[in-house]
Amino acid sequence: MEYVICFVLVLVLFSMLIPIVKAGMKGILAVTGIVIMALISSAGAIPALWGHETRLVLPGSMVTGEIPLVIDPLSAWFILVINFTFITSALYGCRYLIPYHQRTSQLSLHWISYLLTHAGILSVCVIQNSVAFLIAWEIMALGTFILVIFEGNKASTIKAGINYLIQSHVAVLLLTVAFILVASSTGSFSFDAIAAYATQHPGPSLFLMLLFFTGFGFKAGFVPFHTWLPHAHPAAPTHVSGMMSGVLIKIGIYGILRMILLIQVNYLAVGYFILTLSVITGVYGVMLAIVQHNLKKLLAYHSIENIGIIGIGIGMGCLGLGYHLPFLSTLGFAGALLHTLNHSLFKSLLFYSAGYIYQSAHTMNIERFGGLMRRMPETAFLFLLAAMAICGLPPFNGFVSEFILYTGLFKAIPSTSFPGILMLIMAIFSLSLIGGLAILCFTKAFGTIFLGSPRYPMKEIPAERDWLTLLPMYATGLLIVVIGLFPQPFLHMLLLPAGQFTSLMTGDTGPIMDGTFDVISQVGYLSAGFILLSLVVFLVRKKVIGRVPAGIGPTWGCGYVAPSARMQYTASSFVRNYRKLAEPLLSFRKQKTDVTGIFPGEADHHTHARDKTELYLIQWPWQKVRYFLGLFSFLQNGRLQFYILYGMIFILLVLTAPFIKQVFTFIVSLFMVS
Amino acid sequence: MISFGLIFFVSLFFTGIVSKTKSLLSGRKGPGLMQPLKDIIRLFRKRSIFSETTSIIFQIAPSISFASVLMAVMVLPLGHSQGLLSFEGDFVFFAYVLAAGKFFSILAALDTGSSFEGMGASRESLFSMLAEPAFFILMGSFGLMTGYTSFHKIFLALHFGSYISYALGVIAMFVLVMICMVENSRMPIDDPKTHLELTMVHEVMILDNSGFDLGLISYTTMLKFSMYGSLIANLFLGDSPLYGTIPAFLGIQFLFAVLAGALESFSARFRMSHNAQFILVLSSLSLLVLFGVLVMLGRFN
Repeated sequence: MEYVICFVLVLVLFSMLIPIVKAGMKGILAVTGIVIMALISSAGAIPALWGHETRLVLPGSMVTGEIPLVIDPLSAWFILVINFTFITSALYGCRYLIPYHQRTSQLSLHWISYLLTHAGILSVCVIQNSVAFLIAWEIMALGTFILVIFEGNKASTIKAGINYLIQSHVAVLLLTVAFILVASSTGSFSFDAIAAYATQHPGPSLFLMLLFFTGFGFKAGFVPFHTWLPHAHPAAPTHVSGMMSGVLIKIGIYGILRMILLIQVNYLAVGYFILTLSVITGVYGVMLAIVQHNLKKLLAYHSIENIGIIGIGIGMGCLGLGYHLPFLSTLGFAGALLHTLNHSLFKSLLFYSAGYIYQSAHTMNIERFGGLMRRMPETAFLFLLAAMAICGLPPFNGFVSEFILYTGLFKAIPSTSFPGILMLIMAIFSLSLIGGLAILCFTKAFGTIFLGSPRYPMKEIPAERDWLTLLPMYATGLLIVVIGLFPQPFLHMLLLPAGQFTSLMTGDTGPIMDGTFDVISQVGYLSAGFILLSLVVFLVRKKVIGRVPAGIGPTWGCGYVAPSARMQYTASSFVRNYRKLAEPLLSFRKQKTDVTGIFPGEADHHTHARDKTELYLIQWPWQKVRYFLGLFSFLQNGRLQFYILYGMIFILLVLTAPFIKQVFTFIVSLFMVS
Repeated sequence: MISFGLIFFVSLFFTGIVSKTKSLLSGRKGPGLMQPLKDIIRLFRKRSIFSETTSIIFQIAPSISFASVLMAVMVLPLGHSQGLLSFEGDFVFFAYVLAAGKFFSILAALDTGSSFEGMGASRESLFSMLAEPAFFILMGSFGLMTGYTSFHKIFLALHFGSYISYALGVIAMFVLVMICMVENSRMPIDDPKTHLELTMVHEVMILDNSGFDLGLISYTTMLKFSMYGSLIANLFLGDSPLYGTIPAFLGIQFLFAVLAGALESFSARFRMSHNAQFILVLSSLSLLVLFGVLVMLGRFN
């Protein structure tokens, strides 16, 4: 209980201190606050991962009833993931926001919202009462909204922010409906009531699961509920995008996992549903990511892809529960949870690097860059590391979680039924396709931004940041490598969270261990061996090459002697073959001015990738609604007389309401008699 | 250990056999079997020239790509004797570690800032990414058939009994040969002997490599070839004793090299724009293997 009080006190105290200090101090204060809150919550979370759950009951109010706070292994895992990324992103944000120091009041609002969002997200993970949960959820959503619209003087930012606000409230609406459904039947707002409801009404609870999945799916970014993501991420300041992509969307995953624990229904059906949707999400996300030219938008689509991979893990886990295959369930949920951590690491690192790239040229269009490797070698190195990790390549952490998923899928094939086999093969197919497409995407991004020579002259020559600025990035990078090489301790931490799910089937809360986890630690050593072997080969090469001094010359232009930097392969040309292939599935807008005449003028060619789901699911219906509402626009004619008339009519209606009711009942009674 | 040594041994002659076959089939005497190796040794001794545009990526890429192929070779078994490393899901490691090497070779091509090399990189990344699902589905079908998830156990348990299984063996071999051709940038996906940069895939990516790096890349290609050859050989080795396996292994590798040479002599390269579709079709062939296995096991319920 003292912990909760301390937590709230720290939050209030730091929120009040931030506005009164100087601009430079605000960030440092916020970081201090976040670190203290992280320490307090981790103090509850770390024991939970070793089996000592924390259960508190807050008295609450008349509306909410008692509010149970529970830190079980699942919450604990998410709390630790959230804390790490929040600390690094706040540290990063401190340095990132230095150019904005003259906007004092805005900075105060920003950092206070940051603290509130952190508190909100942490509360969402522990509160087990629907009303309080929704309040915490709302604090988180509104806090993030304010964080996103930091650069609110740009129209596009406000637009993206509003888009996020509306969509996250659609999610809230769905969650509210789902909670009310349970509360109206059981009369309790506690999460235990959801579990009780599910056991009593197995039929409707499948629908309940669907409602919760959709609601949380909006936050997580499952296709087709993902459309806010690619707008909000580029609009937000970089540390916020990193935080959102790293942890905010994972709250959706947390919600789905929590509901799987509570609503014990037909897991087979749930598993098929989640797996299918995740496969679509993963493939669709990466397919669109490849054709993006805005780096942050590209990363946002990759978040959608990774949510798909996490979803594949969850789907596998549910199938395991449905088919009574403990190893499939363990590997599925463990893989999903580990990938949640992994994605929060490499995605935030990618965003952090993207932020400094942005500040060096004030554009996110990757076609404007080139040759940054020489200017910013450390940022480039960190970006490369994260890029390899997100592609799931050894020796980094992305490979470990994907390997867990693959092992589960392959091992389960012989022991499921025919539809199960097809689903698993589909998951394997899409997982490998996603991996391949991610490689295409990140070779494009890294190659265009960091390699070659600069395509356009830059106003200011980009320079490497000092070590303090790069510190949060190195910390994240270090963790990526550590998980990649020594996954064993992390897998042990995952035993209890994954065991929570398998205990639904076996009734035994103990972790289910088989040889697979040993294999995975062996894979870590192999990855280390790969690094070592590369190093040995490289050293031998260095020794051999060192005998004769190497020459330096221009790039071989196949006989052409005056190549310019503008002639380099661009990102668009790099993915042109792919774009041609994917054209039937995606939607592109092209603008072209051809070269004509004897003295041709300027020619240009623009391609712009559009999101088909957004086009048909959001924009098209919305156009129809606007058309319909436009029919009534004559009411808003701007004449005062009319508005007074509306007021009069309204007052008249209110005054005569009892009479109208009588008329109404009279008419109804006439019909009833006949 | 034995498989590692044998693959290493075969790799020394593999390209030699391929080019000898091509020469004989076109009525020439052709260079000796050792010529490719001699070329590589000559390249090792030569001075390197680096482009002024390149960065450290260009320098480390050939080493990493060579190391990745070495790691991949380590997990391959030889009949009864398992590879240097063998564990559940080792073929996932096999595919991903190769992808890591490819990742770097694509980056190295982009590092030179040459539009030609960018073009090659673009093609290579697209083609190899499309080939990966076919491999995974194939391994998934084998896993379903045998109930194991490592190269060694799968290949040991794989046996051909019924007519369906012979058909499956042929399809699986075709898929593996084609994946090998895609990964090694050979005919019919890519013509290594073409003279026009615009129609190259792999060759155009390494235009700027010279000296030791170029030799290393050439040797990596040879090693990769014999690695895939041994993958195909393993399909047929089964559980026979070592004195039977080694000659069979060498024989199959030889046949594979001759086949590759014949394929290059008698077939034309596909149209570049149709390559992607062709490679995707490999995935559906793998699916055919899967359905064949389902039929064999009677698992349609």
